[in-house]
Amino acid sequence: MNAQQKPTGSAYFLSNIEQETVFRTLSVVVDNEPGVLARVIGLFSGRGYNIESLTVSETQNERHLSRITIVTSGTANVLEQIKTQLERIVPVHRVVDLDQKAKELGYEKPIERELALVKVKGEGNDRMEALRIADAFKAEVVDANRDHFIFEVTGRVSKVDQFIDIMRSLGAIEICRTGITAMNRGSDGIWGK
Amino acid sequence: MTGTEQETSADEHQMTGAEMVLKALGENGVKHVFGYPGGAVLPIYDEIHQQDEIEHILVRHEQGAGHMAEGYARSTGKPGVCLATSGPGATNVVTALQDALMDSIPMVCLTGQVPTALIGSDAFQECDTVGITRPCTKHNWLVKDVSELSQVIHEAFHVATSGRPGPVVVDIPKDVQFATGTYVPLNKAPSRKSYRPAKTGNSDSIHQAIELIKNAKKPIIYSGGGVINSGPEASTLLRDLVKLTGSPITSTLMGLGAYPASGKHWLGMLGMHGTYEANMAMHDCDVMVCIGARFDDRITGRIDAFSPNSKKIHVDIDPSSINKNVRVDIPIIGDVTSVLEDMVRIWRADASDLKEERLADWNAQINQWRARNSLAFSDNDDVIMPQYAIKRLYELTKDKDTYITTEVGQHQMWAAQFYGFEEPNRWMTSGGLGTMGYGFPAAIGVQVAHPDALVIDIAGDASIQMCIQEMSCAVQHGLPVKIFILNNNYMGMVRQWQQLLHGNRLSNSYTESMPDFVKLAEAYGGVGIRCSKPSELDDAINEMISVDKPVIFDCNVATLANCFPMIPSGKAHNEMLLPDEATDEVVANAIDAAGAKLV
Repeated sequence: MNAQQKPTGSAYFLSNIEQETVFRTLSVVVDNEPGVLARVIGLFSGRGYNIESLTVSETQNERHLSRITIVTSGTANVLEQIKTQLERIVPVHRVVDLDQKAKELGYEKPIERELALVKVKGEGNDRMEALRIADAFKAEVVDANRDHFIFEVTGRVSKVDQFIDIMRSLGAIEICRTGITAMNRGSDGIWGK
Repeated sequence: MTGTEQETSADEHQMTGAEMVLKALGENGVKHVFGYPGGAVLPIYDEIHQQDEIEHILVRHEQGAGHMAEGYARSTGKPGVCLATSGPGATNVVTALQDALMDSIPMVCLTGQVPTALIGSDAFQECDTVGITRPCTKHNWLVKDVSELSQVIHEAFHVATSGRPGPVVVDIPKDVQFATGTYVPLNKAPSRKSYRPAKTGNSDSIHQAIELIKNAKKPIIYSGGGVINSGPEASTLLRDLVKLTGSPITSTLMGLGAYPASGKHWLGMLGMHGTYEANMAMHDCDVMVCIGARFDDRITGRIDAFSPNSKKIHVDIDPSSINKNVRVDIPIIGDVTSVLEDMVRIWRADASDLKEERLADWNAQINQWRARNSLAFSDNDDVIMPQYAIKRLYELTKDKDTYITTEVGQHQMWAAQFYGFEEPNRWMTSGGLGTMGYGFPAAIGVQVAHPDALVIDIAGDASIQMCIQEMSCAVQHGLPVKIFILNNNYMGMVRQWQQLLHGNRLSNSYTESMPDFVKLAEAYGGVGIRCSKPSELDDAINEMISVDKPVIFDCNVATLANCFPMIPSGKAHNEMLLPDEATDEVVANAIDAAGAKLV
């Protein structure tokens, strides 16, 4: 997307301060009200931040809260800005950097999962092979007729990537993915203990 | 928004949406609304017509309404309110919203919207107001249900005025204005859990900050608009802190007046057109205390050469301001008043034995820089120098109850350099957005809030024409605002940059057919005064002051004067261009290739 070279939005960074770009998964708890997603996305596009993946759904119906999971990338400075800028949005309750939190808890990464639907068209040997691969990946057949399958596969991003790669060679004609949803291990919730 | 118990409400709480608007404004202490009617706000205007608690000021363009609300807010500390119709009414106010956002001005803007059933149908005068204003407001609301209207308006005032202040928009479809519902009083309105702005600063950080300042050999306080926004108490505390610590103080454009220009420790404004002593002291200091400012690019200049050897303390109510442009050592997130209270109290308890003499070397160094006299200009007997005009204006108005607003450009910088501000809330200017056309409507807003004060818009001949139509508003409402135009027949600052950057090729920065400002004033029903001789300037200014009507003062000044000192873009604080060194050749070569790409 709109990759940004500069450490911040300031036009006055004449010399590039070298900083490593890292990927982070953020959990953003928001009031579920009209326009809230537009506020979050508008912040990213308006300030030139990256969105690698974004998922959103209402998670606490009675409190009208939604949870947005955003995978973003940037230098440490940019990531700090993203967090504080998100927290400035009035209906945003909380922004948690899941990667940072995982490290504090003593884990390498938070649990991140993705779901994909893959439509594979083919016949003969390819069709059999697709079924075998799906079985190995624990992908479920959710629709089929004599010349196609739709597989549902869930798991880590790397697993979904790999599954899709193989299916492409076996006649995948349509792919859709949910993007990453994530939470941290341990007995603490996003609000703390 | 959660539903509320409505069973208890008596019939008196049953009313139309339009009635709710007026009642909610009244409950939130609103006395004046700046607005312009149109199809989608007619029900609200009908209610305005039937009451006399809230006065409506009829503007001539919705941008004017927005800037008037800003001027009103900045001079009173209370939120400014403007009202516009749907579509073009709402889009016209966008400039003022962004202006208020960047300068953190509390402002509540109410807009009409087409009826809910027509939203999305490309109806007449429809626009996606909440979509358009989302990035230029602190928050906004589209109210689709009359039962939510009063609570939304209460929340709008709360959001606009609390934390880091800013503009908000409440978009009200016409059918919601007509519909009847239950009014929720201010004290019954629920508050939102997700919005809890900081108030007090972290006590440990404040102690650390005081420790740093105590041990500093070359401290400097750099204050900004946040001190003004925090209320008059903050300015008093800032003065206490300066006196106690003995530290020199400089301020951003937005913060002028928080510390008096006549004060012993005052260095003048810093930044691109700041004084030599302020910028050099910023560059060489060992401890910088930034209070309610945000390290804007006009302040820092070249960021990797910005104050390289200092420890930095940053007091700001907005966590996103911390480490945004400049890494700081001690961030303190909180309201300026509260943090300054703590700082003053701790200093009095811990460091009252420290004498200012400990900073003798630093003050001697500063006095050397001061002696460089970076605001010098060569005066002239035949033509009015713009700097001279501001100096005379200051001398002749400083003992009155004066408020100054400006447009944007050279005249704005000269006003900031040569008009001495002694008190907060007396100086209204467009700092962040740099909006030409801001000053005159802002001055009208100030005059509405302070009917007996002397309100002067220091203007340029180009800027003033961007909102000149509000003369009609000033005359209609009997608001004797004075427009003091430094008329040089150029867009002066544009020309100055063309001289610096583009080989003196003055592309479109010369205004070929200037109106006769005296006749223009008269055409609107105001008074026009023209002056082009230094010897006649004082009398002319006194005449302007004595007129109890809107005045356009056409002050013809030296056409080619430029605004110095200046940090050319891409340069550091210690690479300033000083007025006596700024020959044509130096000016033409002041900015290198890297700097030329910057704004």
